[in-house]
Amino acid sequence: MTAPIQDSAYQVDKLIAEDIHAYLDRHQHKSLLRFITCGSVDDGKSTLIGRLLYDSKMIFEDQLAALESDSKRVGTQGQEIDFALLVDGLAAEREQGITIDVAYRFFATEKRKFIVADTPGHEQYTRNMVTGASTADLAVILIDARKGVLTQTRRHSYLAHLIGIRHIVLAVNKMDLVGYDQATFDAIVADYRAFAGEIGIGDFVAMPISGFKGDNITAPSANTPWYHGPSLVAHLETVELDAERDQAKPFRLPVQWVNRPNLDFRGFSGLVASGAVSPGDRVRVLPSGKTTEVARVVTLDGDLDRAVAGQSVTLTFADEIDCSRGDVIAAADAPPEVADQFEATIVWMADEEMLPGRPYWLKLGTQTVTASIQHPKYQVNVNTMEHLAAKTLDLNAIGVANLSTDRGIVFEPYAANRGLGGFILIDKLTNATVAAGMLHFSLRRAQNVHWQALDVTRERRSGLKNQQPMVLWFTGLSGAGKSTIANLVEKKLVRMNRHTFLLDGDNVRHGLNKDLGFTDADRVENIRRIGEVAKLMTDAGLIVITAFISPFRAERQMVRDMMAPGEFLEIFIDTPLADAEARDVKGLYAKARSGQLKNFTGIDSPYEPPLDPDMRIDTTGMTPEAAADLIIERLIP
Amino acid sequence: MTTDKQTLTHLQRLEAESIHILREVVSECEKPVMLYSVGKDSAVMLHLARKAFYPSPPPFPLLHVDTTWKFKAMYELRDRMARESGMELLVYHNPEAEARGINPFDHGPLHTDMWKTEGLKQALDKFGFDAAFGGARRDEEKSRAKERVFSFRSANHRWDPKNQRPELWNLYNARKSKGESIRVFPISNWTELDIWQYIQLNDIPIVPLYFAAPRPTVERDGLILMVDDDRFPLKPGETPVERSIRFRTLGCYPLTGAVESEATTLEEVIQEMLLTTTSERQGRAIDKDAGDASMEKKKQEGYF
Repeated sequence: MTAPIQDSAYQVDKLIAEDIHAYLDRHQHKSLLRFITCGSVDDGKSTLIGRLLYDSKMIFEDQLAALESDSKRVGTQGQEIDFALLVDGLAAEREQGITIDVAYRFFATEKRKFIVADTPGHEQYTRNMVTGASTADLAVILIDARKGVLTQTRRHSYLAHLIGIRHIVLAVNKMDLVGYDQATFDAIVADYRAFAGEIGIGDFVAMPISGFKGDNITAPSANTPWYHGPSLVAHLETVELDAERDQAKPFRLPVQWVNRPNLDFRGFSGLVASGAVSPGDRVRVLPSGKTTEVARVVTLDGDLDRAVAGQSVTLTFADEIDCSRGDVIAAADAPPEVADQFEATIVWMADEEMLPGRPYWLKLGTQTVTASIQHPKYQVNVNTMEHLAAKTLDLNAIGVANLSTDRGIVFEPYAANRGLGGFILIDKLTNATVAAGMLHFSLRRAQNVHWQALDVTRERRSGLKNQQPMVLWFTGLSGAGKSTIANLVEKKLVRMNRHTFLLDGDNVRHGLNKDLGFTDADRVENIRRIGEVAKLMTDAGLIVITAFISPFRAERQMVRDMMAPGEFLEIFIDTPLADAEARDVKGLYAKARSGQLKNFTGIDSPYEPPLDPDMRIDTTGMTPEAAADLIIERLIP
Repeated sequence: MTTDKQTLTHLQRLEAESIHILREVVSECEKPVMLYSVGKDSAVMLHLARKAFYPSPPPFPLLHVDTTWKFKAMYELRDRMARESGMELLVYHNPEAEARGINPFDHGPLHTDMWKTEGLKQALDKFGFDAAFGGARRDEEKSRAKERVFSFRSANHRWDPKNQRPELWNLYNARKSKGESIRVFPISNWTELDIWQYIQLNDIPIVPLYFAAPRPTVERDGLILMVDDDRFPLKPGETPVERSIRFRTLGCYPLTGAVESEATTLEEVIQEMLLTTTSERQGRAIDKDAGDASMEKKKQEGYF
């Protein structure tokens, strides 16, 4: 016996057949609410979404027929309809019976259209849930009435709150399995209320439902006469939308694209992030701070008198002032801040752990800059909300850390403006999105530390030495011959009256970097400091020679980016691991192989050879002397 | 600053989101292109592009990966829209499919595979496009529901559903590794009803085949096919019958099933769509090749 497909619930809206014009007119004026459902497979999340689609007539007959046959074949509800099969999309998921990604579903009721982000609930899918939550106005937290508030309920609630969702619905599901018992419901709600207060969720709406049976989904259920609140759909139809709330905030438009079809038109296109704008409004372009007046709000359908948060428009200005992609056009009297150092919450989303100090791309609004993150102040245990000490963040970890950007960015705290406070981090080598973050505030020192303008310039200093400052960056395995060749190069340069300095492990690891070990994170910091020292020395006019393993491409690139163009020469001392290990001058390979030495490059820590070094020295076919001559030749032709 | 709040309709929100996506791609990619299939979804996507960059014309060309087996009316509208939008139109035919005379009557699934899937890969490689807009919607099909707006393809154009980049807020990461390209779906969050209503509200030109008219047809394997030109091989004893038909979706005419209909206006078409009890893609033979996961598999292999 299958569930009642032909029952009266599954009838399309009468208005469609009777007055399509009136129906379309109503549909046209519906607003849009985006929400997320949080829960595990066992909580009946997919069933609830399937039920919402079913009850709002979003399922066609052919899909229903397929659903019926699938329910019998692979369903988990015996002979009844398994609504979950409507939404468990990818083949891999259906085989495993779990939801592994973010899926978006669509349905509409008489008043609103809805986009549901359907995300998995297990801890290993924290990143998926955060992704789904990032665009949501509301979160439905599902609880199995038989189980009450669980660890996962706390985790889902914490994440929803973290991402700034203001409307929380506590849906106590499977009420049919506890006999629609009010005491059970009340106990769960009281439990949840205590916990919600702890993590800062001020208000939530609790409702007893059954996704499977349909109680309190679209209409009040006769099975719960003691419940006087709205049905789930009635609540979804009436909560305040974030987009409307954003209209009351000061005007901000991150510029996406400059529109210049001809010399007479210069427009600035973007999505209004908050507030509203009209011709004649005074605006300030950040970070430059220049002010002007909005001349027109241009669209294909004609100029607008007013544009509000959530609209994509093109503005023209009364004056010709500089403005380009990445700038933010803001209300002149209430502009956002510009800063380059921040505290932020970071959600790590990549398999490869965060490396403090490593440069990542940071994208916020339409701005893309280079950012590096400091060691986390703490990591949050997403199940208990405890703060834990952490040296780094790995997949699905959430922590708080300071970060700095290579130039000032226009921002607002995330709590004040999602559009100017939320960012993603992108790995510079793999181009993967590795993290999402939310800015809390700028650190004061960003405004107070200014570059000291120096009267004696680096050109003066290098001119005195009659040489072009340069960094010769040697990289290669331990025992490859970096120090030997670097030493020879320095001797030859000094004989040629060049002013040099050789930085190597001995003079750096024993002093400047003696607090650092050999974990990936410490290796990154080691190279960052060496890079900064080398940069100061090139400012002093020196030819700097460095001899460090420097195993990661990203850090070598970071140092290259620090230097003036043409002043960085990456020299790859290319010695096969077997040869370097055979030489083993310091006996380190033997120790690493025997396990006495951990994190040894080439043995249990990776070496990423340069893909396109400025010079490659093959030590298997060349003496150190010949190699040094080759490098000198390249340097001083 | 005025304080009265204005409620944007869902179509205004969707439009703004799509325009934002189109502009991000133009700002962050080197050589974008819009895949134009002449259907109703393409029509909306093209209109959104014209809005996004107005008063400039959209700063990328239109690419039609043609099979030579589209309806005549589609070719007419295609050429007209290219003229009206001021955009360059590139038409690509897979030379191998052309040489071997691949057609939907004799070659079955190979027809779609060579003309569309292979043709698309060849065209993208030939012109060196690094981002291609497509008109797919998440409500169309289950594997689409989980695809990102910015969907990456390997150098061999393969989709890896398990390894998709997280997409948060409206921040899209358009950075590619060497050889990778991106399929971008600006109308991901639109439904079929949204598309129709937007066409109506914006008076967007669409192929007349979406409206009912008497047309010559034959019935095969439960599909009503339109005899669009004399390449249609009639079986012995088969004569085209005139029926009042229209199409819910448009592709190669020998593969696209029509529905019997009297809907001659947009409102009637929408009404029929809402009252109908079968889903949109049912008229297409392509989804059913390999059971449940057919589209997912095709996408992994490089189908759009």
